[in-house]
Amino acid sequence: MGRYLIRRVLQFIPVFFGATFLIFALVFVMPGDPIAALSGDKPLPPDVVQALQERYHLDEPLYKQYGIYITNVMQGDFGTDFRGRPVVDLMKDRLPVTIRLALLAFFFEVVIGLTAGVVAGVRKGQFFDSLVLISTLIVIAIPIFVLGFMAQIVFGVKLGWFPISGYRQGWFSLMLPAFVLASLSLAYIARLSRTSLVENLRADYVRTAKAKGLNNRRVIGIHTLRNSLIPVVTYLAIDLGALMGGAIITETIFNLPGLGRAVFEATQAQEGAVVVGIATFLVIVYMIANLLVDVLYGVLDPRIRYE
Amino acid sequence: MGFLRVKKSEDLGGSSADPTAPLLEVDNLHVEFRIEDGTVRAVNGLSYTLGRGETLAILGESGSGKSVSAQAVMGILDTPPGFVTQGSVKFRGVDLLALNKKSKTYDHVVPEVRGTRIAMVFQDALTALNPVYTVGWQIGEMFRVHQGASRKEAKEKAIEMMERVKIPSARERINSYPHEFSGGMRQRVMIAMALSMDPDVIIADEPTTALDVTVQSQIMELLAELQRETGMGMILITHDLAVVADVADRVVVMYAGREMETAEIDDIFHLPSHPYTLGLMESIARPDVHVDRLTPIPGTPPDLLAIPSGCPFHPRCTYATERCPKEVPELESVNGSHSSACFYWKEVQVEL
Repeated sequence: MGRYLIRRVLQFIPVFFGATFLIFALVFVMPGDPIAALSGDKPLPPDVVQALQERYHLDEPLYKQYGIYITNVMQGDFGTDFRGRPVVDLMKDRLPVTIRLALLAFFFEVVIGLTAGVVAGVRKGQFFDSLVLISTLIVIAIPIFVLGFMAQIVFGVKLGWFPISGYRQGWFSLMLPAFVLASLSLAYIARLSRTSLVENLRADYVRTAKAKGLNNRRVIGIHTLRNSLIPVVTYLAIDLGALMGGAIITETIFNLPGLGRAVFEATQAQEGAVVVGIATFLVIVYMIANLLVDVLYGVLDPRIRYE
Repeated sequence: MGFLRVKKSEDLGGSSADPTAPLLEVDNLHVEFRIEDGTVRAVNGLSYTLGRGETLAILGESGSGKSVSAQAVMGILDTPPGFVTQGSVKFRGVDLLALNKKSKTYDHVVPEVRGTRIAMVFQDALTALNPVYTVGWQIGEMFRVHQGASRKEAKEKAIEMMERVKIPSARERINSYPHEFSGGMRQRVMIAMALSMDPDVIIADEPTTALDVTVQSQIMELLAELQRETGMGMILITHDLAVVADVADRVVVMYAGREMETAEIDDIFHLPSHPYTLGLMESIARPDVHVDRLTPIPGTPPDLLAIPSGCPFHPRCTYATERCPKEVPELESVNGSHSSACFYWKEVQVEL
């Protein structure tokens, strides 16, 4: 296990450089001039443009810019935006909202998605099963921004149960956006856990468990569920990473001051340092989530043990 | 064993057991599977009796309904699609199927019998054991669930059981997972688990089919030895005549879910009285009979969705006449407890 972990962490290195370079290059080739965007429509004096270009190394070639940037990142310096504010400060500011949103969404996914999936799997072919299958299909088919607006209109405007946008009421403000953010993965998890359970209920070892004289609760809860959850847990761990980064649309719709909206705003304002900084951070989150999945695999399934 | 020994109360789910009744009595058992394509008639009127210390072999090709009948006896049939439509299964005089029906799920009544007094050993121990729990945990679970043993007690009992089925260095291997064992050792784990509650009946469903030939005989020897020690009755489900010859007292030959012939083991080998039994004999090599060429049974096993009319074996039978597709032959006594479901059993005997 130790050797395996070290090997996996070493694999992080090329992935990290590859992913960050790609992001950096994409921002580099974004159309438009960030300095012009900074001043709006008014032209800046040439010496100011020159100074800004030098300060942000905008006159250097791509590989040199990347080299300077990545060296700084490794020292914990994510650079500053064009207003001189450190990107790290911005991230510190925005991260708590995103983490809360992601955790709440994750909670919805696990509790609702898993419960619905397991109950549907146990009652395969019955009414509840069909209900889960159809409703999840509908959720999967609807784009997230449509769902977001629908939720705002129904639960925010018509029913008035939840705040429509903003972050003034803390956790409570996050309920609706977290639910919208969770909806897609929730639907996948319900379907995945249902299928996995149905499949495992047909397994030989389940028949053995019945033959041992165990009751239904034990046959399903102890013997079938653990096997069925292996693919679900894997999906959940990767999804935690996706929730952190996937909140761009949701945070924008619900006007939440999180990382996702920061990326959205920075992209519009051509704030390369902010976009690349946050994206780099998300790359790291993804990599850790992936590592977690591999470790979890070994814990859940003893047949997979890493040498 | 002492304090943990199973209480053999004679009270089974409210009905009292009859001490004079045979251990297991299956009468006219019918099982069918209702699937989209129609009704699969897997078992069509199976009857047998099993006494203490006796070994009954149920012999048949795949699809003959032998495993399904065992699952019906255990009450672990997948319902739906599987249904017991007729017949009775009596354990010491108590009708298990009636008990099963009383409780909607198999939660309440039958567990007093299932796993504790009738236990089952399955074919492929690699898939029949749960891959994510250690073997010690899986054996110990029997003691924890049925006797309320603590984890520690259960572990000790599990080690005891593993030693009883001769797994070397049981104490060290208690925390291993099924995939870390060899096929033979895994099957021993299955047997240890089945025997943990000291059952009266053990149903072994092709216990050696997935194993090497050398390991096969070791496992059969172990089962026979444990049976001698405990006096339990054993139902051995197999398609292997060699296995039957070694251990069985009586044999039921099944075809298309129906009993073709039933007899003491010697009669089956020396005086087969059904064309199907004869076909089975001629299709395997035997050390005591010299033949130049083995004769397979022509044709294929029947489609259980459309079982041939009359005697289900008639399309493959060399003795068949026009009577066979029209009339179902009843099981007819050949001699004492030896019966055959063939109109022409006398002709079959003459050929020998």
